Amino acid sequence: MRRTACLVALATLLALAACGEKKEEAKVPEGPLEVLGLKTVAAFSAIADPAERSAALFGEMAKVIAHPRCLNCHPRGDTPTQGESMRPHEPPVARGANGHGPPGMMCSTCHGATNVAFAGSPGSIPGHPHWGLAPLEMAWAGVPAAEICAQIKDPSRNGGRTLEALVEHMGKDSLVGWGWEPGEGRAPAPGDQATFGALVAAWVETGAHCPAP
Amino acid sequence: MVVSLSVNGEAVEVDADPDTPLLWVLRDHLRLTGTKFGCGIAQCGACTVHLNGQPRRACVTPLGSLDGYDVTTIEGLKGPEADAVRAAWTALDTPQCGYCQSGQIMTAAALLAAVPSPGDGDIDAALAGNICRCATYVRIRKAVKTAAAALKG
Repeated sequence: MRRTACLVALATLLALAACGEKKEEAKVPEGPLEVLGLKTVAAFSAIADPAERSAALFGEMAKVIAHPRCLNCHPRGDTPTQGESMRPHEPPVARGANGHGPPGMMCSTCHGATNVAFAGSPGSIPGHPHWGLAPLEMAWAGVPAAEICAQIKDPSRNGGRTLEALVEHMGKDSLVGWGWEPGEGRAPAPGDQATFGALVAAWVETGAHCPAP
Repeated sequence: MVVSLSVNGEAVEVDADPDTPLLWVLRDHLRLTGTKFGCGIAQCGACTVHLNGQPRRACVTPLGSLDGYDVTTIEGLKGPEADAVRAAWTALDTPQCGYCQSGQIMTAAALLAAVPSPGDGDIDAALAGNICRCATYVRIRKAVKTAAAALKG
């Protein structure tokens, strides 16, 4: 009898220990909680409710989305802005028919396939093979995070992308990646593309919920 | 680094640092001094050339990016648009000091090739990056329209 009671107690203790271990495992985040000013997915693991966690993940994504490196070419009008202060682009340029400038003054008139350091003075001119303005329906400048969130999920306003395609685009597209390699004279977006891409993936996995307006 | 490109229809090989701006290559290596240095940071348009037929600021175009490209400078600009622009520029005595004018002409010719009958908005948008310190903008706009009319026949 005593032996049976001991065995039951031991089994209970082992089960409790196993539960305790599992609970502890879930609490311990993998990797750093922050990379270059951008919180990682691990930093949100303490939020138990998936919808709440999802909205919080988007809030972190918005630190990148609302950075001047992104907003300068996601304007609400037909002209880009530039610099950290998002001043009007100089020289004055227009969107043109396809977002790549009008005939005679296209983006590629000045912007090449890569960033180019100025030869005789500090600074550089940014570049990428697809340099241009985001379509008007993807305007982010001055738009609250909740509205950008709704916009970014909507295929009619996100370039026809599914959420899975959005994860791929945000996490791997080299034009998005330019935000972290902006060339001399410009501050990069917070974090890095891998951390940002992981946030987007986690946001989608948790239901792609938006922050409250 | 040796880069092979075409300049004004002639094949050339340039042996220089790949970061050398095209503007330096044209002026210092090839002695084509019609393309001007203005600002060096793509702000003024004085160094405008055509790269594969499209306007391009030579001051921010590294030699290393030009292998196999066709470069046209003011010295080699040819064709009906070029002829019409030159005639209009001369007829209206468009330049004042003239320093910016090779850039203005390169952009104007490219605009007319794309938009044969440009309106004021088209002209202003195309030439917004070509600065003229003598402020000959009114004559430039008139000259572009004169060239467009001549091209129409």
